[in-house]
Amino acid sequence: MLQYLRTSSPAVLAALGQHVVLALLPVLIGLAVALPVGYLAHRFRWLYPPLLTISSVLYAVPSLALFVVLPVILGTQTLDPLNIVVALSVYTVALLVRTVVDGLASVPPAVTAAATAVGFRPLGLLLRVELPIAVPVILAGLRVATVSNVSLVSVGALLGVGGLGALFTDGLQRDYLAPIITGIVLSVLLALVLDSVIVGVQRVLTPWSRVGER
Amino acid sequence: MITFTAVTKRFPDGTVAVDDLTLDLPEGKITVFVGPSGCGKTTSLRMINRMVEPTSGQVLVQGRDVMEQDPAELRRGIGYVIQTAGLLPHRTVVDNIATVPYLLGWDKKRARSTALELLERVGLPAAYAKRYPAQLSGGQQQRVGVARALAAGPPIMLVDEPFSAVGPVVRAQLQAEFLRLQQDLGKTIAFVTHDIDEAVKLGDVVAVFHQGGHLAQVDTPEQLLAAPANDFVADFVGRDRGIRRLGFRLADSLPVQPVDAPRDSEWVLDLDDRGRPRGWSRRGVTASMQSGGGTFTTADSLRTVLDLTLTSPAGVAVRVDQHGVADGTVDHAAIAAHIQDDPIRAAR
Amino acid sequence: MSVLTDVAAFLAAGSNWQPENPDGITARLLEHLQYTGIALAIATAIAIPVGLFIGHTGRFAFIAINAGNAGRALPTLGLLSLVVILVGIGLVPVIVALVVLAIPPLLTSTYAGLQSVDRATVDAARGQGMRERQVLLRTEVPIALPILMSGIRNATLQVVATATVAAYVALGGFGRFLIDGLAVRDYAQVVAGAVLVAALAIVLDLLLAGVQRLVVSPGVSGRALTRTTPRKVSP
Repeated sequence: MLQYLRTSSPAVLAALGQHVVLALLPVLIGLAVALPVGYLAHRFRWLYPPLLTISSVLYAVPSLALFVVLPVILGTQTLDPLNIVVALSVYTVALLVRTVVDGLASVPPAVTAAATAVGFRPLGLLLRVELPIAVPVILAGLRVATVSNVSLVSVGALLGVGGLGALFTDGLQRDYLAPIITGIVLSVLLALVLDSVIVGVQRVLTPWSRVGER
Repeated sequence: MITFTAVTKRFPDGTVAVDDLTLDLPEGKITVFVGPSGCGKTTSLRMINRMVEPTSGQVLVQGRDVMEQDPAELRRGIGYVIQTAGLLPHRTVVDNIATVPYLLGWDKKRARSTALELLERVGLPAAYAKRYPAQLSGGQQQRVGVARALAAGPPIMLVDEPFSAVGPVVRAQLQAEFLRLQQDLGKTIAFVTHDIDEAVKLGDVVAVFHQGGHLAQVDTPEQLLAAPANDFVADFVGRDRGIRRLGFRLADSLPVQPVDAPRDSEWVLDLDDRGRPRGWSRRGVTASMQSGGGTFTTADSLRTVLDLTLTSPAGVAVRVDQHGVADGTVDHAAIAAHIQDDPIRAAR
Repeated sequence: MSVLTDVAAFLAAGSNWQPENPDGITARLLEHLQYTGIALAIATAIAIPVGLFIGHTGRFAFIAINAGNAGRALPTLGLLSLVVILVGIGLVPVIVALVVLAIPPLLTSTYAGLQSVDRATVDAARGQGMRERQVLLRTEVPIALPILMSGIRNATLQVVATATVAAYVALGGFGRFLIDGLAVRDYAQVVAGAVLVAALAIVLDLLLAGVQRLVVSPGVSGRALTRTTPRKVSP
């Protein structure tokens, strides 16, 4: 194990670096897409049921299949990391749209009514009242999306671009446990670190939820 | 029937909810536990069916220590009604009412027919039997909760703030029906409330609890209003207790003046040809009996009579017999004099 | 797009559906269902009793709360590779990986379902004289069923989609179409495989939705409310 880490640490670190990018980029893209889409579904309720169906269907598509099929649709190379980023962004959007709608729906109607009554315009209402109150629900969804993305990136290794997943295929081919265990441990640690970062962000963004915790 | 002997409940975090409680609940009567929040009234109630277990002391139900009985079997023999009704949302109304009969292993037909009878008894139409709790209003759910507690015919009922979640109008209605039901059934009831008005309205005996689980006073509602044991009880019972207490005294021994006795008022009582009061008149101005005062019978309370004297233009309430014929009048001075002679007050 | 017509041709080819064809859709479907079924059965047998225990007693709640995130963080491919090296190629590594995948949503939803039950309802049930077992089975579980069922549906969805990795360790299932198609750059076969997996996931979800409708009381699902509007007669 130590022997493996000594000789292969540059390769492991490179894999980890790629893993972070492949996992995080889709979270940011997904959030950027899901926020406006979720807001529209919140404003126009008839949009919500079809969006829900589409996101369930997208979720049922195996990640491996999406990774493989995307080059055909996008015209990219099979080994292009863009395939992974796009595929994971799709999953993230599918998951977050629902969360954004739930989050906005969690704002008590009395609060929006009061804010409107004191003179907030629709945009101010959204940015300064509704979104802040929806933050805990949205971030809970973001945690789920981030952690699953970290785990899903590995599947890309079957196509040759999968961050830490390369350690799994490598280990399996050489019948060697060290890279596999290294990959699993780093992957779980990465997920936990990113998860804690989001929890930290939530504490900063919602100081009121800490009152009364003591 | 139910006896607390030196019962103390200390929770794991160290708070003492009930402190050395000794209390007898008379058979066939309603004993109300009343007090501010955190006074241990609900904890005391829940020790009767062993939902909470005493740290020390003894709770006897029908002569047997609850700690020596199987909790589930003990509870099946005691009706239990709580604030939000706590109905099973996945079962229909009739199946909710039949919960305890089912647990006791009654056959389904008998359990259901009993449940249907009770549904009617608590004032809900039979068509509600097949509904689910979510389809009922809060007041209706509470009626079903009462029916459920009665289903297996337990001699004892524990009732915890049953009417506090409904509006004032419905509450008054449910309270009246509860008293009517109790008149028919004569259960031994322990009733928890934080509302002193509800306590004196419903209780045969009222036990006032003090913060920290002490018993401040146990008395009949009238005695409680007449002679609070200490400042805490006086404060808790609140203002107007003199007036409210009159609500417990009947006007049957109240001395009246003859209808035609002279009065120092210009108002004249108008009677019809059979002697029934129609209203008051003065120099051609008339006020009907409804708008100016009213009439009472010996079955009314002194509080009602006093109120009539205050709303009557002549300052006089008119007593009528069972045919509605006026047979006497009384003014507030006479009521005040009558209360002064009150034997209970004289005794203290 | 020619790929789409190829996909259609692949899916429509009679030979692909013949049960005797060991590489045909029917054979792959049965394999896929086998992995999914075994994994879900084992995961359910573990997660639901544990979830019921935690939810009912409130003890070890941190396990149920953290199981969701920790379980999601474990990369299925890594777990699969690990078990293959430890016990060799076969059904076991695939089932282990899928069971580990399915346990968190089942455990979390069972716990969350029981948590969602109104404490007053449980108090009343106990106060009427239900024993602990009766409180759990006659009160908490029926009320928790919608959330519990959504956990089962969620787990099924994930297991069906992920069972494709079985092909990576030389087993069958719809994953074969993905892996084999990728190997020979036959994208029509890959897309067909993806379509089949998604279709299977949707069919199973619809079946479970039907089961949910049957087992969840209308008083809990809210259907009772839409069926008849309560008349406000007396309070």
